[in-house]
Amino acid sequence: MTATAAPPQAEAPAVPPVHRASLKKRLIPYWLLLPGIVWLLVFFVLPMVYQASTSVQTGSLEEGFKVTWHFQTYWDAFTEYLPQFLRSLAYAGTATVLCLLLGYPLAYLIAFKAGRWRNLLLVLVIAPFFTSFLIRTLAWKTILADGGPVVAVLDKIGFLDVTSWLGITEGSRVLATPLAVVCGLTYNFLPFMILPLYTSLERIDTRLHEAAGDLYATPATVFRKVTFPLSMPGVVSGTLLTFIPASGDYVNAELLGSTDTRMIGNVIQSQYLRILDYPTAAALSFILMAIVLIMVTVYIRRAGTEDLV
Amino acid sequence: MTDTTASGDVRLAGISKHYGSFTAVHPLDLTIPQGSFFALLGASGCGKTTTLRMIAGLEEPSTGTVSLGEREVTHLPPYKRPVNTVFQSYALFPHMDIFENIAFGLRRRGIKSVKKQVDEMIDLVQLGEHARKKPHKKPHQLSGGQQQRVAVARALINHPQVLLLDEPLGALDLKLRRQMQLELKRIQTEVGITFVHVTHDQEEAMTMADTVAVMNGGRVEQLGAPAELYENPRTTFVANFLGTSNLIEASVESTGSDVAVSASGAILRLPAARCSTTPRTGGKLLVGVRPEKISLVPAEDEHTIAAGRNKITGKIADSSFIGVSTQYVIDSPVCPELEVYVQNIERDARLVPGADVVLHWNPEHTFGLDAAQDIDAGIETVEESA
Repeated sequence: MTATAAPPQAEAPAVPPVHRASLKKRLIPYWLLLPGIVWLLVFFVLPMVYQASTSVQTGSLEEGFKVTWHFQTYWDAFTEYLPQFLRSLAYAGTATVLCLLLGYPLAYLIAFKAGRWRNLLLVLVIAPFFTSFLIRTLAWKTILADGGPVVAVLDKIGFLDVTSWLGITEGSRVLATPLAVVCGLTYNFLPFMILPLYTSLERIDTRLHEAAGDLYATPATVFRKVTFPLSMPGVVSGTLLTFIPASGDYVNAELLGSTDTRMIGNVIQSQYLRILDYPTAAALSFILMAIVLIMVTVYIRRAGTEDLV
Repeated sequence: MTDTTASGDVRLAGISKHYGSFTAVHPLDLTIPQGSFFALLGASGCGKTTTLRMIAGLEEPSTGTVSLGEREVTHLPPYKRPVNTVFQSYALFPHMDIFENIAFGLRRRGIKSVKKQVDEMIDLVQLGEHARKKPHKKPHQLSGGQQQRVAVARALINHPQVLLLDEPLGALDLKLRRQMQLELKRIQTEVGITFVHVTHDQEEAMTMADTVAVMNGGRVEQLGAPAELYENPRTTFVANFLGTSNLIEASVESTGSDVAVSASGAILRLPAARCSTTPRTGGKLLVGVRPEKISLVPAEDEHTIAAGRNKITGKIADSSFIGVSTQYVIDSPVCPELEVYVQNIERDARLVPGADVVLHWNPEHTFGLDAAQDIDAGIETVEESA
């Protein structure tokens, strides 16, 4: 357009290109979101819908399964496998507590005391990931083998008497007992506890420790009133990252446990792959998901992390 | 912390601090009188913060002792000392609201009903009426100045024997800083607690403190009241770090109660009492005079200058008008860059760059320093902190 052109004519064609450009710009975020959305649709939403429909089907492998809205499966599955549900939650809960007790001091040490060893220690924490999960769990089978050195020492110092009395080991055996499964779970999920703990501890300004000490807090009180509350985001994410996968885990119970230590993950696995009762397996999966969701929601509410900076 | 009523000065006897081969603080003796507002002034890395941290118990001295009154506290951990600190970054607890932050020290000492004292502190540091009401805010919801007030309240509520302030105003903008300086001074007068204030801002130190210790390279260069330090600097570092000084290299012509020196032909006089070193005839002396003590007249008016004043001729190299005064830079054979501040009472239109002028001042306003020092010591740091 030229400067001599009549204003109404000059303005009319000028508007659409501007509009188009801004529209294109506004679409950019959606284009960037697209791969993630497609991924979630294909690998999360679709399987969930498929599972949900499976859980309300009836039939058999020979005749085929049909959606009959048979919600009774949920109740039947829940009541039949209630012991395994409770056991899973108990094992996962115990492993989570053990991970916290073992991981917190280590994360604290790495964050505040390790100095130039910090990076080396962090690498050591994730070093087990360089070998397969399965191999590591199998190694525990050897470590806890009957008559092996570890068990022999535990037996000698009377540790196994205590654990037998508690009902988590049998005689002088550790393998194929609840203790072995919990040990395996604790070992396998420990890095998932340490890393978030470390991240939140490392972010704490050490001048806050000095300030608390300056204000008459003993080292123990500094920890109780300042360090621990400020590390709560790490505690919450660490416990969730440990508890959620541990409650659905079946490898540890499979390799280190016995029929008496079957967790809900083992039941779901055998329903799917051995008994081929797909509706029950799907229903069990949804029940586990619901239980974990409820527990996590209550936990996060109680921990009150939204208050933290 | 039980004997907060016990009187006593802070006494540092021969304390020093080494980190490996680096000496942060050279053996230092210092007595800080009870109830005074004491400033440790120096550039970054001069050891002032380390000294403060040794009083707080956050650093253990390599040698020497720290005493509060009659009690030696050298090896006492910070939580057992009747001393509180206002930290440079405030170090407020981010997970606690301002009420709990202020009450922290009281609660640690097992005091249950803290409401009244916290409210008193909120009033003392003028956090405002709303700060007393629930819901209390978290530190991150406050402005820098408010955080500063909370930090002061959190320390003062414990009625420490000594309050340590580690560059507490460094993060505030200039206007707020000026305001907080007066506030802190008011609070100190009100509570009567010994304040030890660490700062690199010479104006801040002079405004607030009764006594200033100028530190340089891990040593105290000079200690005294602000006016005393300003008028009678004993080293070139103090002369340059506190305000601006014109330092002239001169050789001593005669001594006595008055010392006469010559610099590039000009004869200058100064009282022997104002020399920090004993001048010897034929020896060297650094002669100093503050820029605001000097008067300026055009060369043709030289005859109007009263007899007995120190006189130097020169040429105006530069002038900058800053409202209340005009700052001139004078190129003189005696000294290439003499600074002169002239109050803008009656401005002489002849005083423009290029004009030949005569500088004159009362010999009483001249001070003498040992010539065996770096004449530029302390100059760069002033520019850095300005």
